[in-house]
Amino acid sequence: MYLSILILSVFAVAFALITLLLSYLLRPKVEDALKREVYECGIEATGDTRIKTNFRFYTFALLFVIFDLEVLYLFPWAVVVKSANAAIIAEMFVFIGIIAVGFVYAWKKGALKWE
Amino acid sequence: MKTGRLLTGTQRNWPTELWESPLSLPTYRRAFFLLIMLGLGGLASVWFIGEISDRINPLYDFAKTYLEGLGIPLFLIQLAWTIIKAGILLMVPVVNAICVVWWERKISAHMQSRLGPMYVGGWHGWLQTIADSIKLLLKEDITPNLADKKIHLLATAVALAPAIAAFAPVSFGKELVYADIDIGILYVFAVSGISVFGIIMAGWASANKYSMLGGLRAAAQMVSYEIPRTFSVVPVIMLCGTLNIAAIAEAQSGYLFGFLPRWFIFYPVVGQIAFIVFLIASVAETNRVPFDIPEAESELVAGFSTEYSGIKFSMFFLAEYSYVLISALLISAFFLGGGSPLLPSLSFIPSWAWFIGKALFIIFCFLWFRWTFPRFRVDRLMDFNWKFLFPLTLINILLAGIWSAEIKHMVK
Repeated sequence: MYLSILILSVFAVAFALITLLLSYLLRPKVEDALKREVYECGIEATGDTRIKTNFRFYTFALLFVIFDLEVLYLFPWAVVVKSANAAIIAEMFVFIGIIAVGFVYAWKKGALKWE
Repeated sequence: MKTGRLLTGTQRNWPTELWESPLSLPTYRRAFFLLIMLGLGGLASVWFIGEISDRINPLYDFAKTYLEGLGIPLFLIQLAWTIIKAGILLMVPVVNAICVVWWERKISAHMQSRLGPMYVGGWHGWLQTIADSIKLLLKEDITPNLADKKIHLLATAVALAPAIAAFAPVSFGKELVYADIDIGILYVFAVSGISVFGIIMAGWASANKYSMLGGLRAAAQMVSYEIPRTFSVVPVIMLCGTLNIAAIAEAQSGYLFGFLPRWFIFYPVVGQIAFIVFLIASVAETNRVPFDIPEAESELVAGFSTEYSGIKFSMFFLAEYSYVLISALLISAFFLGGGSPLLPSLSFIPSWAWFIGKALFIIFCFLWFRWTFPRFRVDRLMDFNWKFLFPLTLINILLAGIWSAEIKHMVK
């Protein structure tokens, strides 16, 4: 069963590479110095693009890692909850409560503010 | 002069003929008749084909016994069968992109009282996308001098390959699933997450400030909307007790009180909240309007794809349309009951037609949103996700927990 996923992944990568190769073989190549300039609305590009970027992206990536891991804990619980008793459901409520407290803390600290 | 339905009185400033009702024009009557006949013909052919699994399985069994008679080991036969299925599945995103791009252009055009592509192929421009893709394949590739050429090239493959690989556990109907694995949902979310790397790489490698901003915005947005998207599925899993996509679709068959389908969207409160959150997050995940700030034309030229041309450019869009189809199929499986019919009397239509029909309706909704909602501003987009959708999904999980603890006994 998992071999079939491997086969499909190989097919997918091969499809992407073959399309690129096919286009490489078929397309014309006409060199022109101006053509290879960066397009920034027609104005000559100034300065370096790879500068230090906004800190916000980093914060949101961190928050994503935290909450996505918590989803991983929720999934196995969600699979068995149908046959579970009230204690197991209450335990997960406590866990979600802890998530919510962390979330409220991040909110109050201003981590969710996009500048 | 006749008074029109659309433009009345002296307000008319458009040189168009007015009519009392669309059906009073012979062309409209013909088109209406043609549409009805097309619908009936489609229904009849779908009924004639029947369940695809019922047609394919005897064929496969026959081939298997024949080849085993020739002394070929079973493992090799199954491997060959898997490779054939993988080849068919590989065509799904390509055909989907060709159709959906055409539909998008036609539907957008008709929503704006235009005609859209009309010439290529003869009938309503149905070959337009194929002509476009051949054109894009033959176009010269322009990579900026400053760009990181290897990453610039690799980004397209990194964006596209997971989009195709993510189709593996997605169900298309009864027993129509490529890899029937037990962690289907987890697999789709995990694999489709890889595409974010492709977009960041594209933005970074292009050495263009607009691409850079677009790529980073895309990363922040896709990563953020992944959270409510996965959290909104948790109630579905709680009520079905499995992570297998085909099994979730199967669990929703049957009717309440004999007429109300047991689709998850009809579960009071929990189902509707989960459905709406998942729909919104799916639109945001696929970078479509109103969440298309990574490629907002009026702000960022074309975002991360500014410096891409020819086939490389089209590969990003192939990936995007594949994710649109995956989202639509997932919504169809999780909330709209997959292959189960709307009414018991409609069960003569096979399950794959229901499944794909529901998915196509969701795709139509995606196109509809594009011409209904204005674009979000980037900070509002983040606020909406983190301060509204995410708490809502947490509350929804609590509601579903209460539901599964108490109410389900009362309903039973």
